[in-house]
Amino acid sequence: MLGAVYSLVALGLTLIYGILHIPNFAHGHKYMWGAFTSLFLVVNFHTNYWVSLFIAMVVLGLAGVGVERLVYRPLRNAPHVNSFIAAIGLLLFLESLSLIFWGADFRRFPSLYDKPIHLLGVAITLQRLLVIVGAALFIILLQVFIKRTWLGATIEAVAQNPEGAQLVGISIDRVSSLTFGIGTALAAGAATLIAPIFLVYPTMGAMPNLKAFVVIIIGGMGSIPGAVLGGFMLGLIEALGGGYISTDYKDLFAFGALVTFLTLRPTGLFGKGVR
Amino acid sequence: MNRMVRKWLILMILFIAVMIPLVVTNKYYMNILIMSGIWSIVALSLNLILGYTGQVNLAHGAFFGIGAYASALMMLKLNMSFWFALPLAAAIAGFFGFLIGLPALRTRGSYFAIGTLCFNIIVTLIVDRWEGLTEGARGLMGIPGPSPIPLPWGGELTFKTMAAQYYIVLGFLLLTIFVLRRIIRSLVGRTFQAIRGNEELAEAVGIHAMRTKILSFTISCFFAGVGGVLYASYIGFLSPELTDYHVSFDSLIYVMIGGVGTMVGPIIGTLLFVTLPETLHIAAEFRLLLYGLILMVMIIYLPRGIVGWMKGLMGRKRKQEAP
Repeated sequence: MLGAVYSLVALGLTLIYGILHIPNFAHGHKYMWGAFTSLFLVVNFHTNYWVSLFIAMVVLGLAGVGVERLVYRPLRNAPHVNSFIAAIGLLLFLESLSLIFWGADFRRFPSLYDKPIHLLGVAITLQRLLVIVGAALFIILLQVFIKRTWLGATIEAVAQNPEGAQLVGISIDRVSSLTFGIGTALAAGAATLIAPIFLVYPTMGAMPNLKAFVVIIIGGMGSIPGAVLGGFMLGLIEALGGGYISTDYKDLFAFGALVTFLTLRPTGLFGKGVR
Repeated sequence: MNRMVRKWLILMILFIAVMIPLVVTNKYYMNILIMSGIWSIVALSLNLILGYTGQVNLAHGAFFGIGAYASALMMLKLNMSFWFALPLAAAIAGFFGFLIGLPALRTRGSYFAIGTLCFNIIVTLIVDRWEGLTEGARGLMGIPGPSPIPLPWGGELTFKTMAAQYYIVLGFLLLTIFVLRRIIRSLVGRTFQAIRGNEELAEAVGIHAMRTKILSFTISCFFAGVGGVLYASYIGFLSPELTDYHVSFDSLIYVMIGGVGTMVGPIIGTLLFVTLPETLHIAAEFRLLLYGLILMVMIIYLPRGIVGWMKGLMGRKRKQEAP
């Protein structure tokens, strides 16, 4: 189940990396804002869970477009170091903004689906099942969007060869805005799906963010199947390591896996040849 | 600026720095100055790998923390004197840098940044969870300050007052500046900068890129460790937050705002960012908000930091004077 969430967050990250070649360190904070937005809607306006999921995705998608335009676009031709640092600035900004807005308290997301059900001999709450199904649905939708639609094809074209894409008349500006929007919306979706199980708080994005980076390094940066597989692998590594070795060091296994991967195969499972 | 003016300026600044404790007696201001000194050492050491070798190291907080924890443990558990613990702890930080550099420096650009960031988290997690050694989240308390040095003509040199602490930090800051300056000006320093410019080209002219990067990384971590030791003995208390990646981000901010790849830049950046929020009395949460904003605006409009920007201005003026 955690694997599904990692996959979704990593998917947004890998899309953005594939197009813009920037490690968006602030991705987890958009995930956190997604959770807060839907929490805000559900608690204050009593909107339906699914409606708020949708609204949160749209709002965060638009916010992603705005961030791309204001922060990353002016830096597109600058050295890569600069965009990382801008991302770190954005991370600090978003985190403290949410602290001012929502306070440092841990909040509970009112859950609608916490009845346990029995499925194939395993007891599982409906919400957990929803996370898995929802994540799978998003992954399939994204795949269809990229492979089957005209807009999706432009994203892939820019990822493969920006100059070539520009030559055939694709606007890179528009594609990067679009990608940023989609990536951020995916993070918001993942956050809303998982929020009823965990708590919602301003630093909730830090761990999924880092783990998403682990995932895309394991899977290969910019690779969509890599992100999905890497996400589930990481979920498994954590669950097995936590279960059989030590829960205290559960988070350590993820980063240990990363270091191992960096040593043995720096380009990841599906990475292209370039280091 | 010609040579003479520059020399006098440096001497003036040095003179002011030495005289400060005689003029400023307020403990609060002294504290700010000491902290800026310690963080300047950390920022300068980060600048070696980031500014001169061009590798974005996001694990600097971890090496700072390793230095701090190593010295504190040696002083507390092995009753080692500060003056032995300092070089040893810094060497331990450097050694960890070497070990991490071996796998991490094989990668480039964003991979390296993410790899080091993850290493930083591993270190924080271990420090937080290994309660038997590090006391975990409770932190290490009662770390002794620098031990007195017996003087050859009788009596001893003690370091109990704020002014003495200040001179220790100032001394190590000057030592760091001196050593790093010598390194950067040397042939080795040139190879660092060649790698920053273009790694393939550097290899083509016969520079062993991997070895050079590891050397730069190890030296940088060593000095981060020195900063950590000074911090530990000055504050006397350590907690896992000090190894956190926020420390890495902070030192990154100091370097970038001051001027990456310059000698004065990191010091100016640190002075600015340590003193300004203290004097303006900004609440902590707004401070980070502001940091984030400043960082984004700076990187878009002044990517070479304050010092880089001023150098650019002066260069333009000179061109106008002598066309």
